[in-house]
Amino acid sequence: MITTENLTKKFAEKIAVDRLNLHVKEGEVFGFLGPNGAGKTTTVRMLTCLISPTSGSAKVNGLDVRSHAMQIRKITGILTETPGLYENLSAERNLEIFASLYEIKNPQEQIEKYLRLLGLWDQRRDPAATFSKGMKQKLAIARALIHEPKIVFLDEPTSALDPEAARLVRDFIAGLRQEGRTIFLCTHNLDEADRLCDRIALFKSYLLTVDTPANLRATVFGRKIVIHLRENPPHLAQSLQSISGIKNIKPVDNKLVISLEDPEKINPLIIRALVENSADIQFVGELRHSLEDVYLQLINQKSSEQE
Amino acid sequence: MKKVITIIRKEWSEVFINRMVVMTIIFMPLLFTALPLIILYTTRNAGMSEYSSDMPAQLMKLCPQELTGGECFQVYLVNQFIILFMMMPLIIPVNIAAYSIVGEKTQRSLEPLLATPITTVELLLGKNLAAVIPAVLATWVSFIIFAIGVVILAQNSHVASALLDSKWLLAIFIASPLMAVLSVNFSLMVSSRVNDPRVAEQLSTVVILPLLALFFGQIAGLIFINKMVILLMIGLLVFLDIVAIYLAVHLFQRETILTRWKSI
Repeated sequence: MITTENLTKKFAEKIAVDRLNLHVKEGEVFGFLGPNGAGKTTTVRMLTCLISPTSGSAKVNGLDVRSHAMQIRKITGILTETPGLYENLSAERNLEIFASLYEIKNPQEQIEKYLRLLGLWDQRRDPAATFSKGMKQKLAIARALIHEPKIVFLDEPTSALDPEAARLVRDFIAGLRQEGRTIFLCTHNLDEADRLCDRIALFKSYLLTVDTPANLRATVFGRKIVIHLRENPPHLAQSLQSISGIKNIKPVDNKLVISLEDPEKINPLIIRALVENSADIQFVGELRHSLEDVYLQLINQKSSEQE
Repeated sequence: MKKVITIIRKEWSEVFINRMVVMTIIFMPLLFTALPLIILYTTRNAGMSEYSSDMPAQLMKLCPQELTGGECFQVYLVNQFIILFMMMPLIIPVNIAAYSIVGEKTQRSLEPLLATPITTVELLLGKNLAAVIPAVLATWVSFIIFAIGVVILAQNSHVASALLDSKWLLAIFIASPLMAVLSVNFSLMVSSRVNDPRVAEQLSTVVILPLLALFFGQIAGLIFINKMVILLMIGLLVFLDIVAIYLAVHLFQRETILTRWKSI
């Protein structure tokens, strides 16, 4: 759905986006993660034909961003970093303007649909200036979707929102995913990306890596399980040494932290061995590193490599 | 054309909420219409015709023969203020147009707008017409009210004909829209380059200076506005409008506006 090849953007001497290669599949929620100033907004602007690439190429729904800007704009919706509403105009009027610019056939139906979906119908005649940040963000989302775009670019959709408003927006994005739209989600909120995205690209002017959140964790930290025991005598850890596929066993208080390749396959062998050695097993669980850990680890790793 | 109309309607919805703009559109035409009519009214029975023999020969040459010296002086006085009508299409749209692009920038609404399938020409045409139409309508309506006033207040049909002669009709109905287009495109150029609507507004008023020079030049007797001057002005305006439209479109660089403008 979105493909970039060595996509590069320079502003004078500064390289904002450096040889970016991406392939976003149809219907997926693609997370584009990076720190502030990493070039996420610049990338979105290139993909929505707001600015042109310095070199490289990008295609959106098979259309080249350089030669098919108008067609791309018709099938994409963008939620910019700030809502950018016409503050003196009502919510309804804001949407009417964009419905007309996208030349949609049934504007009033669409406006009502999205204002109701986002809980703004009762405030439709109120000026946007009177709205809370969360309401403004919801109105901006409605504006981005009014023409039912195939691809939606969301640039920091929950930044500066309170937790309740952020949750509402996240739930709405999850709903969009079920509708089968392709969503390109720019964020530096790792928890948000973890919850919403099928795949994630870690980006800092250049692409660090792309994968599913689970694979990213596995690649960076490997997979680990934690076994909670009533007691943890030394022989229990020793009894597991012979099981192939186990990389490391670390006893911590009444727990065993085991690094392994394929928990689904090896866990039954481990449990059986522990039971045979009279262990009282209380809980077994997978140790999940946060995406933040993965992100920081990768950023540090790449920085060290560059040095 | 539908997108152009959408932009015009959007601009009007936003701009006419601003009391300053509404006041400018209402107050200025009222004042500029009232001034020459007051002068016409107050001078019609001033007995100036008694002094016709004292009128300078140069002044008398400028008036139709059927006017007395006093009537000629009355026409001369009122004529000084008719030129104010030509200031309306310059001043009124500046308020609208200067706010046009910078206002979008300060609200940060330009990026979502530019992400829609609208061309630069459609966008600028919409913004142009949104500023030009109210200015031209205000000018024309004011002049029509003035013309009615002249017919009612003028001592005789000779005075009325002299005041509503073809040079002023050309100036108001042909030159004024051209002036409005020049003013708007100059304002759009300025507002594409600056960040603050106030700066845009102040810089845009520069376009009024040539007309002020004409106004004071006429009062000082340095320039006499006749039909030929107006026709030359129309020719010059057509040329300047073409240049201004070309520059406004070319200076409106989407990428530069989005990436180099700093938020206020």
